[in-house]
Amino acid sequence: MNDLAINDYLGAHPDMSAALAGSATAWVAQTRRDALERFQSEGFPTPRHEAWRYTNVRPILKQSFTPSVAQRDDAEEIDLEKLSITPAVGPRLVFVNGHLSSRLSTLDDIDAGVRARSLAAVLDNEPDSVKPHLARQMPGCAHGFTIFNTAFAGDGALIELDAGVKATQPIELLYIVSTPNPGALAQPRNLLIAGPNSEAQIVERYIGPDGDAYFTNVVTEIVLQQDARLGHYKLQEEGDKAFHVGGLFVRHETGSRLYAHSISIGGSLVRNDVHVVLGAPHSACVLNGLYVAGGRQHVDNHTHIDHAEPDTNSNEVYKGIVDGRARAVFQGRVVVHQDAQRSDAQQSNKNLLLSRNAEVDTKPQLEIYADDVACSHGATVGQLDPDAVFYLRSRGVAEEAARGLLTYAFANDAVEKIQIVSLRERLESVIAAKLLKRDSVEELL
Amino acid sequence: MLKINDLHASIDGKAILKGIDLEVKAGEVHAIMGPNGSGKSTLANVLVGRDGYTVTRGRVTYNGQNLLELSPEERAHEGIFLAFQYPVEIPGVSNINLLKASVNAVRKHRGEKELDAIDFLKLVKAKLKTVDMKQELLYRSVNEGFSGGEKKRNEVFQMAVLEPTLAIMDETDSGLDIDALKAVASGVNALRADDRAIIVVTHYQRLLDYIVPDYVHVLAHGSVIKSGDKSLALELEKHGYGWIESHADDQAGAATVSGAG
Repeated sequence: MNDLAINDYLGAHPDMSAALAGSATAWVAQTRRDALERFQSEGFPTPRHEAWRYTNVRPILKQSFTPSVAQRDDAEEIDLEKLSITPAVGPRLVFVNGHLSSRLSTLDDIDAGVRARSLAAVLDNEPDSVKPHLARQMPGCAHGFTIFNTAFAGDGALIELDAGVKATQPIELLYIVSTPNPGALAQPRNLLIAGPNSEAQIVERYIGPDGDAYFTNVVTEIVLQQDARLGHYKLQEEGDKAFHVGGLFVRHETGSRLYAHSISIGGSLVRNDVHVVLGAPHSACVLNGLYVAGGRQHVDNHTHIDHAEPDTNSNEVYKGIVDGRARAVFQGRVVVHQDAQRSDAQQSNKNLLLSRNAEVDTKPQLEIYADDVACSHGATVGQLDPDAVFYLRSRGVAEEAARGLLTYAFANDAVEKIQIVSLRERLESVIAAKLLKRDSVEELL
Repeated sequence: MLKINDLHASIDGKAILKGIDLEVKAGEVHAIMGPNGSGKSTLANVLVGRDGYTVTRGRVTYNGQNLLELSPEERAHEGIFLAFQYPVEIPGVSNINLLKASVNAVRKHRGEKELDAIDFLKLVKAKLKTVDMKQELLYRSVNEGFSGGEKKRNEVFQMAVLEPTLAIMDETDSGLDIDALKAVASGVNALRADDRAIIVVTHYQRLLDYIVPDYVHVLAHGSVIKSGDKSLALELEKHGYGWIESHADDQAGAATVSGAG
């Protein structure tokens, strides 16, 4: 609590909160005040917290980032083409430093029954429509960054799927950090509500320039109503000095299904928390994760799945490639509660260490309080199989290309689970570029 | 084409090959037989440059150049192919992509134009027939989930596509049922040509009923103890390795001892 940064943030809150969307509404203001109070007493997590043992956030706290109320001016500078962002093929909301830019967003082709809006606008104009859900999906044990977001966030995406709607196109949420002034703090707050028997795919993509230190602290809450099916993609592709903390909180109703993909490539210090509550019978989730870290990157993925009701199903596979002096952390907790009979929980974390100085800390945890369940978990940390390298070389593939190809193949396992073809193809080439000497291996892909 | 002179090799400091002499000319098929631990597979692996095998003495020349100086991939570019005893599973890399990379690497080395996708596919499909391999295996990851027979067929299939100058079959017959054995043998026989040599490493005579060798060499304790024509394999089948080892010890014992030094 001695961190200067915290004091700066606390000092800024009174002025900021008045300017935040929805501040005139009592329950919204109260939610923020409650969060602020908790944040004041708990602060940001430290390595003394078990869940933060391997991730020290001091680098984020050493400097004071600038929280933005609505930096709409920043959006004026943005040229998507210059950022190599291809034109939107479907609905796209673009956020700059956490705030919606209408100019950059396109909603022309949005499916009937799908609404994609700025949370700020809804908080100002019809706040009660989100009252049952906003800030209701986080568990009581949410950490300091989530609480910090709740206290300060004013904008983000609100996506609502009407009952029975089948979205034909993915909904893209693009988060750009723009740093005309160094040290931007972006705190998007997203809420996705999938109505009964609806179906959609939502892509959250985070980008920003290399070379600048900025901080994205995002929280996404998802409510899956009865029999809803949602594909959720989180792509962390920010710049090499970026700090990124993200929380994804999902609550399932009966028969609903989540296919969550998390791909972490960018950033300097990255922490992703995923907390899924299978809170009704026959709900199921699939978590597909991939992290690729090199240089001095630090990537921490923390997942928590609660099997709270009978006949629930979870299948989690996270894979990591760690090179240079990078460090990756995986903590995956699966809790099968007493009433969750006939639950099936499978979890695995596989890591490929490419350098002597790279480090992986993996901790799969399975807690079972029911007796009729099928559960398994496991973690591996290994290197490239020398027999496979030799096999490829004996077929004429140069050694460096052989190693690159095997590394890529390891990652591709996760990439090929991506259902959106254009996204899969883009990621294939992005990951290949990060892992491989392009020219030597291109022909193998 | 291939000349091996007084080749000594060790693994982890343990001497395995103790003075191998062998000459293989274009157009010939040589069988190398021997009991377990005689050094047959070591010889095959040394020829393709596998890590972990240290050549301590001797020379190997291939078309006049020092083979031992070349990396495994360079040997492949020069037309040497090993059909693995234990083909490796490579999840995430499809059979067809590996083959394409392989073919083009060799063509590039020879200064030939890379094959386009259509020509390549034509070539590959024609070769599938020679080993009676299912087309769907092309698009599966290399050897992943293949049966033992499918893996060996896949080795011979790759060989058929790559058309090596020197093919080395390392116990390709082990673990095969008779149908797979015949398919593998017919794939190999289809490759017999005046400008190509084949070395068949095997424990059993059985394979040699289908791939009839020009020469048979018997390896024991790291050196060639007897060479002959195909009838040598039949004799071995009749009498077993014990017979030939004791037989050879009388004649070549001195040489083996000096080789082991």
